[in-house]
Amino acid sequence: MSSVETATISAPRARLNLSAIMRLPFIPIFILSVLVICAIFGNQLAPHNPTALNLGMALKPPGWVEGGSWAYPLGTDNLGRDILSRIIAGARISVIVAIYAIIVSGGIGAVFGMMAGYFGRTVDTVIMRIVDIQMSVPALALALVLATLLRPSLSTVLIVIAITYWSWYARIVRAEVISLKQRDYVALARIAGVSTPVIFIRHLLPNIMNTLLVLATLQVGQVIIFEASLSFLGLGIQNPDVSWGLMLADARSYITVAWWAITMPGIAIMLTCLAANLFGDWMRDTFDPKRRQL
Amino acid sequence: MWTYILKRLLHGLFSIIGASLLIFVITRLTGDPVAMLLPPEATEEMVRQMRATLGLDRPIWEQYLIFASHALQGDLGMSYRWEMPALTLLLDRLPATIQLASAGLLFSISVAVPLGVLSAVYRGSWIDRVGKTLAMAGQAMPNFWVGLILILVFSVSLGWLPAYGSGTFRHLILPAIALGSYPVAAQTRIVRSSMLDVLDSDYIKMGRILGASESVLVWKYAFRNAAVPLITVLGVYFAAMLGGTFVVEVIFAWPGVGRTVVEAVFARDFPVVQAGVLFTSVVFVTVNLLVDLSYGVIDPRARVNV
Repeated sequence: MSSVETATISAPRARLNLSAIMRLPFIPIFILSVLVICAIFGNQLAPHNPTALNLGMALKPPGWVEGGSWAYPLGTDNLGRDILSRIIAGARISVIVAIYAIIVSGGIGAVFGMMAGYFGRTVDTVIMRIVDIQMSVPALALALVLATLLRPSLSTVLIVIAITYWSWYARIVRAEVISLKQRDYVALARIAGVSTPVIFIRHLLPNIMNTLLVLATLQVGQVIIFEASLSFLGLGIQNPDVSWGLMLADARSYITVAWWAITMPGIAIMLTCLAANLFGDWMRDTFDPKRRQL
Repeated sequence: MWTYILKRLLHGLFSIIGASLLIFVITRLTGDPVAMLLPPEATEEMVRQMRATLGLDRPIWEQYLIFASHALQGDLGMSYRWEMPALTLLLDRLPATIQLASAGLLFSISVAVPLGVLSAVYRGSWIDRVGKTLAMAGQAMPNFWVGLILILVFSVSLGWLPAYGSGTFRHLILPAIALGSYPVAAQTRIVRSSMLDVLDSDYIKMGRILGASESVLVWKYAFRNAAVPLITVLGVYFAAMLGGTFVVEVIFAWPGVGRTVVEAVFARDFPVVQAGVLFTSVVFVTVNLLVDLSYGVIDPRARVNV
């Protein structure tokens, strides 16, 4: 018996080669880059001071509409503040919230997920029951409790994100680690006397990194919408700080006279989330193909 | 089977106890519960009485037991804004919220099912791409913004539908769309992928060979089977809808649980907030429990993985 054809089985690791680069999602990357640039250099980029009141210029429509002025390309709100400048300024909160969620929720979730998966038994049961409890209180409901007890602010938003969003990572990381720890190299490392923290960092973490990154990008949109919802309800960012959700809350009373004040911040939220979701889908397809959906 | 049901019931009970513990601990950590539970103009006598009822001089675990036993008897405190028991207030508002959440779910399914089925049947065609784009957009828009835009277009500009309030079917349309737009994406994806699986099966091919018409094949034979995965997650979406009602009810002035709780936050009516959150958790856990149990009935493989 001789095999006519030989099939080379390549390692299942995804590599970035030229064709992968050609398939990069350029538009989402562009939008996200603009967002980050606005978050860092917002003060220099904004044409006007985002918080300066100018009642004489209140409720000006966007530049292309009759009565509008190109000095305020996206119009002004009820207090005469430039909407474009406020959208640029609001990018900062969205980026802060997204990065914080990735680092804190991702970090907590990864650690607990690895512990639950690796140690199994009691540790697993305890951690997974905490996950269950956490998932039985909707994030927004928890935010309502905290907002009543503490003064609503960026920190209450961040506390709720830290308490809420880790459980998702923990569940998926746990499942991943349960299968990883069966592998020979983990067993051998343990027999060779490698300490548990080293096994976690050297042998488990690199293997779950792809999954973590994919989960994190897919979560960015959710977290940004969560912050916007809280700020819209008046339970998150407070004036004079600028947030897209807060802009929508301010504009709500003027819905009959100023459509642009309602529309523009929402488009900013939508574009950001769309870009983050598309980028996340691309990351998943490229780095974590087994989680790809049809 | 019975051990499975028993196990799931215990899990659900445990989650509710855990949720109450979480809320209890947060309350005690962040300040004086008496100050939160009584109106600002409370007299010295009322404060003393409240301290005695809550057992604040006793150890913390005993305090939790007092809190839990009150909660079990349906005593979640008095709303000092409405001057009635917090639980009664919420139960009064519950039908409106259930109505809204059901309408939202109905809307999302009635968009997701045709879209998912057609995307699977005409895979890769323009309708598949339209479906994907719509679903993507729905997932990127916060539901409160969808609500505002709907008001802007259909109430302010066109004047077709009321912008807020409740009572008639016309009042229900806009909030239901605002609430139901987010899960459309996920539901479409579920329907599409299970339809693709079913359409590839032997009995559909056989039906085609025997000359059954394509629409009968798709809707009568394929869709019935493809609907099972969607049905099993409907409960999860219903529970998620309840979370979404907090914001949507505020925008449309819908007289439900969500709006009552949000208003209570601003009135610092803490008993109502606490009761509302506990209440939401109980509904959430119960719905998920029912879903899990029904899933175990439909698909025996699910019973193993408790």
